[in-house]
Amino acid sequence: MSNRRDFMGYALGGFTAIIGGIPALYAMKRSWDPLPSVKAAGFTSIDVSGAVENELTVEKWRGKPIFVLKKSKDMKADDRDVVIGSDRFHVSIGLCTHLGCIPAYVSDEHKFKCACHGGEFDASGHQTFGPPPSPLEIPPFKIDGTTIVLGEEGPEFKKMKEAGLTV
Amino acid sequence: MAHFEKANSVGEWFDQRLAINTLKRVLAFEYWIPKNINFLWAMGMVLAATFGMLVVSGIFLLMYYQPNVDLAFDSVNYTIMTEVGYGWLWRHIHGVGASVVFLIIYIHMFTGIYYGSYKKGRELIWLSGMGLFVAFSAEAFSGYMLPWGQMSYWAGMVITNLFSGGSLEAYGLVEWIRGDYVPAQAFLTRFFMLHVLLLPLVIIGLIVLHFGTLRIPHVNNQDGEDIDYEEAARLYKEGNVKDSKVIPFQPVFLAKDIFVMGVYFILFFYLVFYHFEFAMDPVNFDPADGLKTPAHIYPEWYFLWSYEILRPFSKDLGLIAFAIAQVIFFALPFLDKSPNVAPASKRGLFKFWFWAMLIDVLVLTFMGKLPPTDALFANIGLISALVFFALWIALPFITKIEKKL
Ligand code: HEM
Ligand code: FES
Repeated sequence: MSNRRDFMGYALGGFTAIIGGIPALYAMKRSWDPLPSVKAAGFTSIDVSGAVENELTVEKWRGKPIFVLKKSKDMKADDRDVVIGSDRFHVSIGLCTHLGCIPAYVSDEHKFKCACHGGEFDASGHQTFGPPPSPLEIPPFKIDGTTIVLGEEGPEFKKMKEAGLTV
Repeated sequence: MAHFEKANSVGEWFDQRLAINTLKRVLAFEYWIPKNINFLWAMGMVLAATFGMLVVSGIFLLMYYQPNVDLAFDSVNYTIMTEVGYGWLWRHIHGVGASVVFLIIYIHMFTGIYYGSYKKGRELIWLSGMGLFVAFSAEAFSGYMLPWGQMSYWAGMVITNLFSGGSLEAYGLVEWIRGDYVPAQAFLTRFFMLHVLLLPLVIIGLIVLHFGTLRIPHVNNQDGEDIDYEEAARLYKEGNVKDSKVIPFQPVFLAKDIFVMGVYFILFFYLVFYHFEFAMDPVNFDPADGLKTPAHIYPEWYFLWSYEILRPFSKDLGLIAFAIAQVIFFALPFLDKSPNVAPASKRGLFKFWFWAMLIDVLVLTFMGKLPPTDALFANIGLISALVFFALWIALPFITKIEKKL
């Protein structure tokens, strides 16, 4: 730096670059955030009174597929089941926990199979084969009569979450 | 103000204001190219020309494409393909160009590896080249999202999920990249922006840098000979063209480049008119459906080798392996410890390293296309992935003990 004037110039320039640059980066980051309308994307109610045993139905919640499977009596009960009256349901987000493909339900084997990289899950959503590192996730739900409301955390969901059965 | 004389010609008028004669001399008429090179050295200009084709065809596609999740699919498959006059031509040029550009990039890269054109002053050529490879990969991926078919959607889903970092479970980051819980409108519009503006700007900047990094070290030659450019240039300018080891870029070398480009474009347009389907995945002719995954998801052929490195491992290990594979080629100039700039055939063990690497990447590419369920192929994939890493680990050792030529 040849003299004080140059130094003052660079110092002021540097200072404004920092106080202008950091907020600008923050603004850019915020512009990439999901919009409030997306975040608030509502709740989905699923009436399970007409569900058929061992037949998968796929609903949509926040753009994601939701698996609802009414378990037949010969299927193993699991802590992750949603219990309504005397019926047990497997409810999960239908995206493979490996990289997010939708596994297909093979009803005579009682298994979910993911075509993308060969991952498999049992009828309670536990990973049994291949790269998936964790069970199918359970969406926040609340039981309301024979209806499951997705997006709201009911007591049954909170219990599962505390027990570490889902994230 | 600088002093200006009256100009006697248009050329002089520009030269006074822009020094174009100096520019022409430094960048073209006295930019010396060795005589001892072959057609593989034309690949760089072939790439530049292909990029030009992508830009021009892209501009015409842009006139009718609609970046909207409800309209995108039809704007491409209906409007551009059936209504717009010659719209199919631009689409086929764009699709074929995007695929072929990777073939040429791989040839260009392996040429550089074979002749050792990445060291002794040429490191920046290599690094800027790898920058171009990464930028082109991002450009190809973002473009693949735009028709909003089934493969667009599910490739978008799987690739953005990679950013969750496995057990790090950074789903917030994934949602931030997408602007939504799943690929949807926000995702499509931002990838549209990346594809048509930001990434092309980055690519153009990197091409300028890549060319700049070539100017001082000059291109390598078939024997890795360290040419005395001043001496060679003097001979050439004195008229002793025969004894000089170099020719000027313009007009002599360019004539050869243009010949190779001519052959290339005949093949290119043969593909555009008669075999465009290899660049158009049939699954992507179904509109995006977030509730149905296609039976078998695989990327375009040029990503298969790194995809196959992801597949055979557990989730975390797969991600780490994949991340390393994506960037390891950047490290080549620093992992090759031998001072020799010479064709691989003269470099002892490196010769085997080169062919092993080339074959391994080809095997990975073929395995990546097969469904994940066949045990035999899955094992071949796993072994090739392990060989890939073993080769990189071996590189510094085998080049360290290489005899100096
Ligand atoms: C698509 C973008 C690219 C363009 C437009 C481009 C263009 C060029 C051109 C015109 C040359 C000089 C002529 C020649 O030797 O072929 C060149 C040389 C070179 N490029 Fe690229 N290139 C691209 C991508 C890459 C990539 C991906 C790499 C590898 C990482 C790379 C590495 C090199 C090297 C090492 C040389 C020097 C070759 C030598 O000295 O003999 N380039 N490039
Ligand atoms: S996404 Fe299901 S196994 Fe990879």
